[in-house]
Amino acid sequence: MIFFRLLVPFILMFSAQAFPALDGQALAKASFKEKMIFIEMLTMDPSDKASKVLQYWLDGELAYWPKIGGMVRNVKEGRKYVLKDLMTGKELETVVSKKITRVKTNNRLRAELKQVIGFRKIASPDVEVRYAAVLELMRQPNLELLPKLLDRELVEPDLSVNTNLSILIGLTQLESSDSFVQLEGLERITNVLSPEVKDVLNRFLLRGDLDRIVVDRAAEILVDMERQLSYWGMGQNLFYGLSLGSVLLLAAIGLAITFGVMGVINMAHGEFIMLGAYTAFVVQQFIPGTSIWSLIVAIPTAFLVSGFSGIILERSVIRHLYGRPLETLLATVGVSLILQQLVRSVFGPLNQSVITPDLLSGSLNINAAFSMTYNRIFVIIFAIIVLISLWCVMQRTTFGMRIRAVTMNRGMASSMGIPTKRMDAMAFGLGSGIAGMAGVALSQLTNVGPNLGQAYIVDSFMVVVFGGVGNLLGTVVAAFSLGVANKIIEPFSGAVLAKIFILVFIVLFIQKRPRGLFALKGRSVED
Amino acid sequence: MLLIFLRKLILSSIAALLMYVFIANVVLPESFGLALDSYTLTIIGKYLCFAMLAVALDLVWGYCGILSLGHTAFFALGGYAMGMYLMRQIGDRGTYGDSELPDFMVFLNWDELPWFWFGFDQFWFAVLMVFLVPGILAFVFGWFAFRSRVSGVYLSIITQALTYALMLAFFRNEMGFGGNNGLTDFKDILGYSVSSPDVRVALMLLSGCGLIGCLLLCMQLMKTKFGRVLIAIRDSESRIRFLGYRVEYYKLLVFVISAMIAGFAGALYVPQVGIINPGEFSPLASIEVVVWVALGGRGSLVGAALGAIAVNAAKTFFTGFYPEAWLFFLGAIFVISTLYLPKGILGAIVDLGAKYQSTRSTSLKESCS
Repeated sequence: MIFFRLLVPFILMFSAQAFPALDGQALAKASFKEKMIFIEMLTMDPSDKASKVLQYWLDGELAYWPKIGGMVRNVKEGRKYVLKDLMTGKELETVVSKKITRVKTNNRLRAELKQVIGFRKIASPDVEVRYAAVLELMRQPNLELLPKLLDRELVEPDLSVNTNLSILIGLTQLESSDSFVQLEGLERITNVLSPEVKDVLNRFLLRGDLDRIVVDRAAEILVDMERQLSYWGMGQNLFYGLSLGSVLLLAAIGLAITFGVMGVINMAHGEFIMLGAYTAFVVQQFIPGTSIWSLIVAIPTAFLVSGFSGIILERSVIRHLYGRPLETLLATVGVSLILQQLVRSVFGPLNQSVITPDLLSGSLNINAAFSMTYNRIFVIIFAIIVLISLWCVMQRTTFGMRIRAVTMNRGMASSMGIPTKRMDAMAFGLGSGIAGMAGVALSQLTNVGPNLGQAYIVDSFMVVVFGGVGNLLGTVVAAFSLGVANKIIEPFSGAVLAKIFILVFIVLFIQKRPRGLFALKGRSVED
Repeated sequence: MLLIFLRKLILSSIAALLMYVFIANVVLPESFGLALDSYTLTIIGKYLCFAMLAVALDLVWGYCGILSLGHTAFFALGGYAMGMYLMRQIGDRGTYGDSELPDFMVFLNWDELPWFWFGFDQFWFAVLMVFLVPGILAFVFGWFAFRSRVSGVYLSIITQALTYALMLAFFRNEMGFGGNNGLTDFKDILGYSVSSPDVRVALMLLSGCGLIGCLLLCMQLMKTKFGRVLIAIRDSESRIRFLGYRVEYYKLLVFVISAMIAGFAGALYVPQVGIINPGEFSPLASIEVVVWVALGGRGSLVGAALGAIAVNAAKTFFTGFYPEAWLFFLGAIFVISTLYLPKGILGAIVDLGAKYQSTRSTSLKESCS
């Protein structure tokens, strides 16, 4: 405490002007008018101590303690007060209220204190504090601060703080009654997109004392702002649509191989997605989920788990049913039921949550109307990577060439020495493995449960059928167009109706073009 | 030969069961102790309704090659039509005591009945709707699908999309069908309490007669020229088209008939189980119906009925005693029936009989020579 007693007069002595030392007793006993002067005084003092005094004063926690003849922080605890050192926060003593004199405030003082503290923070060396302070001041722009704000703008080094400071100045200038200042303020907020600024503008237009030019300009800006907000809103929907589209793409692209290329209806495809998601969950039990490594390990593991399950399914069941698509459908439904119950028996019927790595949590905020969460960006990028690598595998490797050969002409491929049966199994494993990776991506967006696959199987089939069977490009176009269409309809109709509309649309579309968007041309009357 | 014998056997055993229930529960006084209790009656009645649904599916799948994965949609629509009648019969005995509006509408603060609820206070109107609503949906859907020659797997997938869309729609409260709770708390049917034993017996007997009626109707249908053309379409659709038949009209008619039978089954099902909710529309339920038919033996009608009863009896057993194992078992039925019993139980028995006969005739020949 000696430190405190020495320090305050010391600093005040050396500050810009000579002030009387901050006398705790005088402050505590001063009238409200006199306290204003104390605030002025403290404003001039740039020290950390003064900041604390102001802050505690605002919080009603400042008191004069006669025992040491200085200021302390007091925190009410029951009927007594815990006294703490102003700077260190160390607990000093617990006393009853008559032992101390608390510094009282009224609303006017409180408003003044807020402004002063806000402004002090704007000059703080810490960027984050400055940024928060600017946002705080925006809530209640005060015209009196304008000159100080303009001064600060000249020296503010940080770009984003400066941008917001400019907006703050603009908003503050609107408070003025001078139409030139108002116009200047309007220019500063022309290209700002935030609901708060829009509110301020709306309220501003309600003022009765405005100049004609100012009103016109403000209205113009408001209209422009609304138009821009609606564009960004559309962009936001588009982003959601793309992210849904990539989920659909990931879920459907494996199916595009097994159904599209091989002609196998695999109703257990959804369960391979689920297996992938559970793999991500299991991997997290060994590697903490907050680490990105957990995700990096989970992706290939899920590919292998689902891929091998797929190969086993192909070897044991589907192999016997080639050429009988409807029977394959039934058998794989059976397998999907068994897998679901298996997972339910092992992991329990409740949903498990997979933790998103730190690197992928949070979001990229472009402006108030448009932000992108990192996990959705990840899913979009991941879908594109999977797509490109799949294309390379199918088009640029011997393995892909063999699969395509078997699809086009099984007999000929066989006589060229391609082991057709092994190719079937490998292709099926590839499709299933991709489903597993889709599961890992999904686990970043939703909870993982035994019914996860069921939710996607109908959608995946819709995507493949809509895009045209046997055509990877069609699947891509179908996935993204259905995803975007869904999200564009959603704001008007609600999520469920949007989904129904999409389903009905596909049903009607299939009537018109039974072979999908990009049908493979052929001469055969029927398959 | 064997198939005809099996048909007669199954038909007559259903008839015998009905006779037994009629005599034991209605004719004889209760003191005889032969009467079945309400619970058993309801379960049997439920199986019979499912069997009817399976017969409806077998009609299109077994005889015309249309694998519909959305047949429970027709079943559920028939059920909802009957459920709406039953809801209107509750009158002012609901929790909120509103004489016009069902409870869930009062709960949602609706002021008046939606237009599609009008007329459902009349029994004849509800019965008409039980046939008309599934029939019209099947007609519209089939009209578009068959004319544009959607067939095979594609048709299966869009029927699945249809029932999935309907399920999502019926889950919405705004649709006016009770949302995810569906329609329940029924009180009266034609002035009699739905829970009274007499009504239970009557409903069960009606379901049995309905099943036998449907079986006989479909068998007769298959003996006509119309039925012969259907089978020909199943075996080679394009050939029939080239012969000058309008394939789509044949398919459309049989699809509509099948949907109506399914709706009828649903209408009998609802008063017996006392509830109808959107879960009945679920795509998985439809696929389950397919496996009843596949297990029993498709293209034989009675096989479908047999499969439905067998699988559902197993379901009652497993969900009662080993609920964990039920999905394993059901999944195994799916796999085994497609891999090892491609013609179903009935087909397997017929094949075995034929093999036995041929071995006997060859051994006879050998012993003669």
